[in-house]
Amino acid sequence: MKKNTVVMDAESVDRSLTRMAHEILERNRGTDNLIIIGIRKGGVPLAERLTEKISAIEGTEIMSGTLDITLYRDDVLTTGIRPPIEKTYIPFPLDKKRVVLVDDVLFTGRTIRAAMDALMDFGRPAIIQLAVLIDRGHRELPIRADFIGETLPSSLWENVRVTVTDDRSADEVVIEEG
Amino acid sequence: MKLSSKDMLGIRDLPREEIDLILDTAASFKEISERTIKKVPTLRGKTVITLFFEASTRTRTSFEIAAKRLSADTINISASTSSVVKGETLIDTARNLESMNPDIIVIRHSAAGAAQILAGLLKQSIINAGDGAHEHPTQALLDMLTIREKKGRIEGLTVAIVGDIAHSRVARSNIYGLIKMGANVVICGPAMMIPRGIERMGVTVCCSMRDAIRNADVVMMLRMQLERQEKNLFPSLREYAQQFSLNRDNIRLAKDDVIVMHPGPVNRGVEIAPDIADGPSSVILEQVANGVAVRMALLYLLSGGTK
Amino acid sequence: MNVVLKGGRIVDPSQGMDAVSDILIEKGKISRIERDITPSKADSKNTLRVIDLQGMIVSPGLVDMHVHLREPGFEYKETIRTGSEAAVAGGFTSIACMANTNPVNDNRSVTEFILKQARLAATANVFPVAALSRGQAGETLTEFGDLKSAGAVAFSDDGNPVTDSGLMRHALEYACSLDMPVLSHCEDRGLSSSGLMHEGFISTELGLPGIPAVAEDIMVLRDIALARFTGTRVHIAHVSTAGAVQAVREAKAAGVHVTAETAPHYFTLTDEALRGFSTNCKMYPPLRGAEDVEAVKEGLSDGTIDAIASDHAPHSSVEKDVEFAYAANGIIGLETSLALSLKLVRDGILTLPQLIEKMSTNPAHILKIPKGSLTPGCDADITLIDIHKAWTVDAGTFRSKGLNCPFDGWNLIGKAIMAIVGGEVRYTDTGAAV
Repeated sequence: MKKNTVVMDAESVDRSLTRMAHEILERNRGTDNLIIIGIRKGGVPLAERLTEKISAIEGTEIMSGTLDITLYRDDVLTTGIRPPIEKTYIPFPLDKKRVVLVDDVLFTGRTIRAAMDALMDFGRPAIIQLAVLIDRGHRELPIRADFIGETLPSSLWENVRVTVTDDRSADEVVIEEG
Repeated sequence: MKLSSKDMLGIRDLPREEIDLILDTAASFKEISERTIKKVPTLRGKTVITLFFEASTRTRTSFEIAAKRLSADTINISASTSSVVKGETLIDTARNLESMNPDIIVIRHSAAGAAQILAGLLKQSIINAGDGAHEHPTQALLDMLTIREKKGRIEGLTVAIVGDIAHSRVARSNIYGLIKMGANVVICGPAMMIPRGIERMGVTVCCSMRDAIRNADVVMMLRMQLERQEKNLFPSLREYAQQFSLNRDNIRLAKDDVIVMHPGPVNRGVEIAPDIADGPSSVILEQVANGVAVRMALLYLLSGGTK
Repeated sequence: MNVVLKGGRIVDPSQGMDAVSDILIEKGKISRIERDITPSKADSKNTLRVIDLQGMIVSPGLVDMHVHLREPGFEYKETIRTGSEAAVAGGFTSIACMANTNPVNDNRSVTEFILKQARLAATANVFPVAALSRGQAGETLTEFGDLKSAGAVAFSDDGNPVTDSGLMRHALEYACSLDMPVLSHCEDRGLSSSGLMHEGFISTELGLPGIPAVAEDIMVLRDIALARFTGTRVHIAHVSTAGAVQAVREAKAAGVHVTAETAPHYFTLTDEALRGFSTNCKMYPPLRGAEDVEAVKEGLSDGTIDAIASDHAPHSSVEKDVEFAYAANGIIGLETSLALSLKLVRDGILTLPQLIEKMSTNPAHILKIPKGSLTPGCDADITLIDIHKAWTVDAGTFRSKGLNCPFDGWNLIGKAIMAIVGGEVRYTDTGAAV
């Protein structure tokens, strides 16, 4: 039987995001040229939460976007199934912007590599930072996160599932045995 | 999700879910063409050959742009049918191309079934860019994408297709697709250009232009090419324009928010009045833009591993 | 050597015979048909061969009155030798070959050449059909009398219709005066010329220009009208439409001297077979709709259609492995014709004697050749048939050079197991227990 362990509940997810919002503001000295971009699919709701929190803290609307990195994946054509392509929404040039990429789980680093390649096609950002809710280790590329909700050493055969939906009380992070 | 066939030969045998998949994917691809750097690396190292036995600027260019925006290498081969009749056969040509190991071959040919010959022969994916009067699936897909974008749906819409239905691969592919997606399709044209038994494809046949476009949500005008038809088919372009052109007068019969489509190139003043082609109802240029997106989507969906 | 065929079921419509009996063949002729022919002591194995045929059908040698042997001119598609070998393998001891060779068989020297090649091949009897007009161009009549004396058995521009009704009238009149048949390829080119397949729903779906059924009907009606007006005979080749069947039926009822043939593909396949654009389903007339197929079967059943002929039309891959629009018309048929036609018997459309009538007696009668009968004194042309033998079509193993067979891979029932021509065994099916 598979065993599931809840490692973060709704409250701890929210507390982590609040802290990360403050860290992002602190590191970037405010919201000037700041853009939050969520990576589809898991990073999008987290990016929305972070955008909300940062806007609330600073009392100003900040720019945000979503990025589908499928077309930049290094394994896009090697699997039999073509992953569905969803819309990318970055309706502004990224030149000289301070971009915070948001994803749910940082694992091998390959998604982030693809995301950075994609971002470069939208301009030349001043800086790209990475925010993830969970860093579970097992990197295959020299990539690290700037803002981390929780570091969670995991086994390769385990699966880390992040649920962040409009029903905030159901938010959780679960480790599932593979 | 994956297309069930390695090839895209026609709409007739394409399941509705796969049409939806292609249109959804194409909708996502549109944004790439609006970027400053209009290129993604997805098909890096892939080779797309466009093999055109019929003159075509629009379709060939559209495929080429689509492939290039996905970082594929493209090679364009134009062969006139007559030289092929005299010399190398289509099968020889295909085998020669196969030896150069391309990944996707896009073919246009004046003979119906030509794409199917290649598909049966080669391991590569074959995309039919028009075979005789048989099918032109990418045109129908881009038309459906355009309708869906403009109307939010296809199901329940009334679409009038007007012109030389008998000789039109655009009409056939659109009829298959639109009927599958739940539209009501009315076809209209000179009686000798309405092929036998077409009602069995699920369309309503209408000989009067005014009846055909009455209350239509979409009017799709086909290109009239008298010079390519057998002799004695129709008296003159003048007669045709008087009977079957879409103009300021008869377009009022259609719904107020009607959209006017044309697969191009337009014969201004023959099948469509210039002010209608350029007017607010016309979506002809959107069709062209959507053509690139649909072809990108297909190249993407047909590429890659078979695991 | 003399031969006794023992214990077979003899089906010979020419003498109304359907009975188990023995046949003695002497000096290449049918000598006797009797209940029990026992070799006498004087006969040895060297002088008399006894073939036991229990459970087999003994038929007068089958006659295919409509084949294309391609020689002279197109030897890469077929030769008189390979075509004759295909004929006997299919059970046909006599075949009539059409004139659309290169040069066209429109003069004595070509007719004589064909007969010479056939003699050298020494396989089936070959009866040349001469062209009706010079070069089959539809303008000037050929020398009917000279061609007849050279050995031609009929006149036809098959492959091309005779568009000029005046020319057709003269051909019918002159041929009739020479007691020679005219075989008419019925096609109104004004209606058919741009077409590639039967016009109907399938052609609409495939986007292929259609050949309407009426293109055939009109010319059948014209030829019937001419035969009626001139009081001559006309034979309608390869009937494929319900309209043509009906026209022939009514003409016969009205006393017009018209006969008709159809080919196995017209009662076996419909235009549905064109889906997939197989060039092996491209021929003229085209495969028709289901209602036409039904009408052809009815015409066979009620005697409107007199004969079944294969319209064997071999082509090489050069003509067939191309786009559908560019592919040549025609399919091979000699080696599948009998099995496809036997299905009509299993389906209750024809009795076995009726089938043999249409594949032997009637075509011989229409061509006025002394074939199609096992009456004592006749040439010993005999086809032995196992009507239960199941086999799979493999065009690659056919004697014909052509591979253009839409039935490749089909499982068929019924096969000629032996063909005897002039008393000589010219074909024996491998694996047949005779």
